[in-house]
Amino acid sequence: MRNTRDTQLLFDLSKPGRRAARLPACDVPETAIEDLLPASAVAAAPPALPEVPEPQIIRHYLNLSTLNMSVDTHFYPLGSCTMKYNPKRNERAAAMPGFADLHPLQPAETIQGMLHVLYEMQQYLSEISGLPACSLQPAAGAQGEYAALLVAAAYFRDIGQAAQRRKVLAPDNAHGTNPASAVMAGFNTITVKTRSNGGVDMEDFYKKLDDNIAVFMITNPNTVGIFEPNMREIADAVHAKGGLVYLDGANMNAILGVTRPGDFGADMQHYNPHKTFSGPHGGGGPGAGPICVTEVLAKYLPSPMVVKEEESGVRDQESAGTSSLGRDLTPDSRHLTPKYRLDYNRPHSIGRVRSFFGNVGVLLRAYCYIRTHGPDGLRRVSENAVLNANYLLSKVKHILPVPQGDRCMHEFVASGSKLKAERGVAAMDLAKRLLDFGYHAPTVYFPLTVPEAIMVEPTETESKETLDAFAETLFRITGEDPELLHEAPHTTAISRPDEVQAARNPMLCCRVD
Amino acid sequence: MKPEDLHYAKTHEWVSVAEVAGQKIATVGISAFAVEALTDLVFIELPKVGAQVEAEQPFCEVESVKAVSDVYAPVTGEVIEVNKTLPDKLEILGSDPYNEGWIAKIRITDESNLANLLDFTAYEKQCAEEGH
Repeated sequence: MRNTRDTQLLFDLSKPGRRAARLPACDVPETAIEDLLPASAVAAAPPALPEVPEPQIIRHYLNLSTLNMSVDTHFYPLGSCTMKYNPKRNERAAAMPGFADLHPLQPAETIQGMLHVLYEMQQYLSEISGLPACSLQPAAGAQGEYAALLVAAAYFRDIGQAAQRRKVLAPDNAHGTNPASAVMAGFNTITVKTRSNGGVDMEDFYKKLDDNIAVFMITNPNTVGIFEPNMREIADAVHAKGGLVYLDGANMNAILGVTRPGDFGADMQHYNPHKTFSGPHGGGGPGAGPICVTEVLAKYLPSPMVVKEEESGVRDQESAGTSSLGRDLTPDSRHLTPKYRLDYNRPHSIGRVRSFFGNVGVLLRAYCYIRTHGPDGLRRVSENAVLNANYLLSKVKHILPVPQGDRCMHEFVASGSKLKAERGVAAMDLAKRLLDFGYHAPTVYFPLTVPEAIMVEPTETESKETLDAFAETLFRITGEDPELLHEAPHTTAISRPDEVQAARNPMLCCRVD
Repeated sequence: MKPEDLHYAKTHEWVSVAEVAGQKIATVGISAFAVEALTDLVFIELPKVGAQVEAEQPFCEVESVKAVSDVYAPVTGEVIEVNKTLPDKLEILGSDPYNEGWIAKIRITDESNLANLLDFTAYEKQCAEEGH
């Protein structure tokens, strides 16, 4: 039962004088706004905000939310994005007042619990990556890439090779953020070709690898769901030329506890906690993109870092001196030295990349996920993600060709080009039609290296029954009338938006008359 | 112009070379196959008149609802004219890519890359391979 009335624009629902809350009469002296602000800062008329009562606001947003799909309501095999289920216990932990009610400017001694968690998070991420130093600060994976490349640039400056090392190499199926981060960090990017199996074209790689290399950026497992077959050789060749290897950790969910980037040759990596450790997918909201690096690069990481005082530093100096046991048995809270603190004394650091300490709420959820699974559980997460993807691949390959072959890691890319040539049905048509059957569409047209790409990532939490039903639905759709498919979806609130017009002439403002 | 009479770069640009007042002028566009693969086009960033372009290097950008893609210069030379009607009428790239949909005219200063261009039959063969 779609409620079209309450999903109108709030401006259209507005009636003068309606309120969601009524405030008591003011019982303190009032000062005119003109006495507090310069005339240039005072608006002539109040802003035209909608006036709507609370029940209608709730109906408005709740009804809008039902027009969308989410991993809590539908199977969501959106390749590359890793729409894994977010356990609700993460939310409970992050909402605890000891975390949720902190102010970022509180002194370190009053936020020991939070700093403890963040310190351990640094340790865990380092252990999982095999790279000993970690910064939690970057606010998203792309900012993590950028921060890591600034770290690389600082390193090359330090060893006197900044002028020589200008090149960042990245395969042609890399995420678009890779070349963008490299350019922002001051490097030139050069694209390396890949083969039809998704692996780096080694001939092209060696042709482009020379003494000017700064960083080779690689996503491994890569974006077609293949573990780079020549990973070790690539890393060794880059290192032999004096360059660094950056691992785009977007697909870490496929290798947790199985292998580690530090062990297969990476010098730096970022994590996407929302993909790997079930943080919320922000939709542009707060994110996190922690980075891990080798010992050599550690001193360049963003500042501050969370550090743990050695046991000797824990005790308050004054009371320690007065105790015959060498420790104060009745600690006075006013004299407790913090056990964890933020270390700003890092002269080689590239500095801050984010205000305060990044988006700790996202990190808390990821921390909770890591702790509730433990080392063995995280390995099972990856094993199940890979098993699910391979099971679905074994079904889908009979419906649509999968150019990369019969095996994959956490995701695979099917091609709709044969279907398009034979029946005029595009990957987009299949994707749109899946919505009618209650499935979120897979990613389409990425990576660009596969024509009519349909990128499927089931994630680890889906059952065999869900995967079977999805494959059956896809099979059924490929046999449907092309005309019906061109006009799909038929059951959603909005069918096909005009994407060209939306991009060329976007209507970004609501006009209030 | 008929597609059969044109030459093509492996990166899907078409070229027609004409001799004007003793100079070789290349008219350049993108092939119907490329337009089809790009899907719905949204923007084009034309090269600047007077720009020096180098064969096989990006010289223009097209954006579709799916991605931003480079257009590579199929010849080396100087851009002497661009199709100013394109940015507001991108649909002609789809309806008439080989005539009204031309992108730029380039005065060729170095002919060495012309030998690398494919004829129609060879280009068709490449597209057939890429499509599968």
